[in-house]
Amino acid sequence: MTIFLVKRFFALLITLLVASLIIFLLLEILPGDPASIILGVGAQEDTLTALRAEMGLNLSAPERYFRWIAGVLTGDFGRSYTYDTPVSSLILERLSLSLPLAFLAISLSTLLAIPFGVLAAANHKHFSDTGIMGFAQLGVAVPNFWFAILLILFFSVKLGWFSAGGFAGWEMGLGAALKSLVLPAVSLALPQAAILARVTRSAVLETVREDFVRTARAKGLSRNSALWRHAVRNALIPVVTILGLQLSFLLAGTIIIENVFYLPGLGRLLFQAIAQRDLVVVKNIVILLAATVVVVNFLVDMFYLALDPRLRDDTHE
Amino acid sequence: MKSTIRRYVKLLLISGSTLIFSGAAFAGESHLTMGTVLEPPHLDPTAGAAAAIDEVVYANVFEGLTRINQNAEVLPALAKSWDISADGLTYTFHLQNGVIFHDGATFDSSDVVFSLERAAAENSTNAQKALFAPIASVKAQGPSTVVVALKTPKGNFLFNMGWGDAVIVDPLSAGSNKSKPIGTGPFTFKRWVRGDRIELGQNANYWGVKPALKSATFKIIPDPAAAVAALMAGDVDAFANFPAPEMAAQFQSDSRFIVKVGSTEGETILSTNNLQKPFDDLRVRQAIAHALNSQEIIDGAMFGFGTPIGTHFAPHHAAYVDLTGTYPHDPQKARQLLADAGFPGGFKATLKLPPPSYARRGGEIIAAQLSKVGIKLEIIPVEWAQWLDQIFKNKDFDLTIVSHTEPMDIGIYTRPTYYFQYRNPGFNAVIKSLNVTSNPKRRYALMGAAQAILAKDAVNGFLFQLAKLGIWNKNVSGLWENSPVQANDLTGVSWKN
Amino acid sequence: MSESRLREIWLQSLHHRSFVIGIILSFFTLSMGLVSLFWTPYSVELLNIPHKLEGASATHWLGTDHFGRDVFSMLMVGAWNSMLVSVIAIGFGAGIGVPLGALAAGKRGWVEETVMRFNDFAFAFPALLTAVMLSAVYGPGTINSVLAIGIFNIPVFARITRGSALSIYKREFILAARTAGKGEVRIALEHILPNIASVLIVQGTIQFALGILAEAGLSYLGLGTQPPMPSWGKMLSEAQTMMFFAPQLAIIPGLAIVLTVLGLNLLGDGLRDILDPRLRRQK
Repeated sequence: MTIFLVKRFFALLITLLVASLIIFLLLEILPGDPASIILGVGAQEDTLTALRAEMGLNLSAPERYFRWIAGVLTGDFGRSYTYDTPVSSLILERLSLSLPLAFLAISLSTLLAIPFGVLAAANHKHFSDTGIMGFAQLGVAVPNFWFAILLILFFSVKLGWFSAGGFAGWEMGLGAALKSLVLPAVSLALPQAAILARVTRSAVLETVREDFVRTARAKGLSRNSALWRHAVRNALIPVVTILGLQLSFLLAGTIIIENVFYLPGLGRLLFQAIAQRDLVVVKNIVILLAATVVVVNFLVDMFYLALDPRLRDDTHE
Repeated sequence: MKSTIRRYVKLLLISGSTLIFSGAAFAGESHLTMGTVLEPPHLDPTAGAAAAIDEVVYANVFEGLTRINQNAEVLPALAKSWDISADGLTYTFHLQNGVIFHDGATFDSSDVVFSLERAAAENSTNAQKALFAPIASVKAQGPSTVVVALKTPKGNFLFNMGWGDAVIVDPLSAGSNKSKPIGTGPFTFKRWVRGDRIELGQNANYWGVKPALKSATFKIIPDPAAAVAALMAGDVDAFANFPAPEMAAQFQSDSRFIVKVGSTEGETILSTNNLQKPFDDLRVRQAIAHALNSQEIIDGAMFGFGTPIGTHFAPHHAAYVDLTGTYPHDPQKARQLLADAGFPGGFKATLKLPPPSYARRGGEIIAAQLSKVGIKLEIIPVEWAQWLDQIFKNKDFDLTIVSHTEPMDIGIYTRPTYYFQYRNPGFNAVIKSLNVTSNPKRRYALMGAAQAILAKDAVNGFLFQLAKLGIWNKNVSGLWENSPVQANDLTGVSWKN
Repeated sequence: MSESRLREIWLQSLHHRSFVIGIILSFFTLSMGLVSLFWTPYSVELLNIPHKLEGASATHWLGTDHFGRDVFSMLMVGAWNSMLVSVIAIGFGAGIGVPLGALAAGKRGWVEETVMRFNDFAFAFPALLTAVMLSAVYGPGTINSVLAIGIFNIPVFARITRGSALSIYKREFILAARTAGKGEVRIALEHILPNIASVLIVQGTIQFALGILAEAGLSYLGLGTQPPMPSWGKMLSEAQTMMFFAPQLAIIPGLAIVLTVLGLNLLGDGLRDILDPRLRRQK
């Protein structure tokens, strides 16, 4: 078990290392000279050289890479070329929107998916099962940005209940801020919920067939208690795995949804930074997103281990 | 009984609604939220070409010796008056007294000397160094007088000193203006939430007439769909340059809004790389001019907003000559010219398009128009940073679409290394004599001659003059309807009650 | 596969509801795309600005867009574009992922560990993130989306191949083949691949659907297919500012995406039920 943990942890480190290397290589060969982009077109060659030195662009590639990693590890992400402010403060500013949005979306999709998934499983092959799974099937097929457009069309254009985009800001009060996050969170949550509901249903169905649930029922537990006490708990493993996997989609999804609703979040910052060739911002956000996904998947694995002792011996499957 | 209740309810409703309305009026009385499409890269107008910088800080945070109003007139600003010597070579500026910068530093002649010398210096990062090129020397005569000597007479020197690039900065804060601008204007910089908004507050120590607004927010909304939503929802009070012309009719029919169609200095052109084969052949450029249908582009890309142009000159200018008939829309003629130039079957080329919808939509229409005469264009969308790098700097392009928004910028055609690389000694001679001519009648004649040369040479595809589509809350007044310079001057803006 | 087994599958398929619905929907999109290669009601490069933003009529079945282009024709060409991107991306992903997965299952040990770590790593980069980075380097374009979606497909196929191949490598006939001196590549091709083909087909169908969703998302953001080539995602983004007076322009392409993806997912589910013997036994 400890060996497995250590091995898994090293794998995590190597994954992050490879990720950072790829990001660095991909973004450092970007066409275009950031210095001349900042200074504009009329810039003199000597001012360009000075700026390149200031930004460390004249160092050798390995040196730049190690400086970057050392910076990331100490929380110093460098300065944004275009905004001329520390990248860390830019990212923090945006996280104050993106984190609550991701949290809202995940909570919403979990709260929707698990009860409906269990309900469908409990009524296997009955009307409500077919109905719920039909909706889930549809939900998986709906692109989240189109769903977002439909929400805007209905709730903003027709009913005028929500504004069609933008972020009121936390200083306008919790209510106002949350109100501007409702439609984005719903559009992010729906496709996720649809997948999660399907996974929950099949996971519960799978465990119901296993021996310990049968034993529980034989011991006299009612069908429903057996379902909730044993089946659902054990079904959590695959559900949590999918939740972990969904996180990376959610983070990517925020790029597109933040664009639909023009929310000043991390995804939009990344998108804008690409447009402005602000490489320092791009590489730091991408490594941050990649690291989040890798670490969360690691935690999911740990969770796995804690939840299902049967898995502890078998490190490979 | 029933009627009493009804009256009571009515009363409640009325008092309730007055409460709501007075609340709104109170909130709106002294604050304005202005939507803007482009986020400035930084906030120092003396160190960047981006119009987005001026759109936030010009006249609001920073002031120059002179200022330009929405009718393109030159007004006194930090210089309350000036004398010009008879030979037009010496300008003596008399400065305002009692002006202090937002950080408390005193403004005097040394700041003017510093700012102008800094802008004109060899290593200057000013984006419009050409404005300062005629300056021979800047000298202070006491704290409130500055004497500027010019190398050659410059007819529009006072206008040029009113540009955002010529604002006066303090030596102490000049280095940090990019992120924390310190000027002398009626608004102070408060906060910049990157990617979202820039907040301005009141300058309690302002030297001049205090504006009606006490604070303002510039909300950055690059996406046209989002701009529509923000106006509809009241998240922004005004959009001085509204990016979605297709929605204008919708707003016009909505009594909550005022829609103003004004003029800009933006000549929107199909920029052509004049050194690149086959565009170096006049017949090819003429063929393109004949293949283009400006009105169709205006209707399709701008939903009717815009004025066709036949040369690089703003139609609202007094010296404008209508040359739209030089090469009228005539695909047959275009094919003939292409055949004469050795391309009977047409040819392939690229069309690089920056983000604004005039370019992206206009580009699709132009590609369709040119394909009808055999020129097959591959559309390549680029971001502004790439556009500056590839096209403007490295001249790596065949065709592109861009709006040249600087006022009176016909002089760019004399620069041999300018990105479209037009070289015509005859044209340069006309501009040279224009620069040393002060007689207005003679000047107009020369400007007309210059316009005619550009039109005849079909240097670029001259498409249309960009319209300024302003949409704002009907209770807001005093916003600029025209854009002689790119700015959102908020000093005259107020709320009607 | 014996004739009776094929017959059995065929009969079963006809009674499988989601399979039938899936195949009808998918066939509809496919034929729309295929027909667009030879014929569309109007040319999608034909701009007809005086006739812009018209509603549905006998001349324009689904109306016209802001350039006066025929929406139905654009939908047809968009269908082809979506499917092409998605299919090539599957070819790319399966072409690299399946050998990797088979290698991991066949060799075990550090090879397997490396492949699986690579998988974890690739999972950290959803197609959208890859596409954003690619477009920063090479600019936006169709190849960009093919690559991004293709890269995303690699770990999916590697994982599923390894998972299914592991159990097959344990079977006796593989041992027999090894003793007979067959090379690893031959074993993989002759014994492993046929046995996991059904699983791969099912996964391929699901990735097909995901690819169409991803392509739409990328073109919506302007990172994918470029004009004048119509694509469903771009039609959606262009329609967004016209939602107030022409909502149909935003609704129609979205419906096309939903129906196509729904069809492919149903088809995949149906195929899984029919082809996967394990699941069949359980039912």
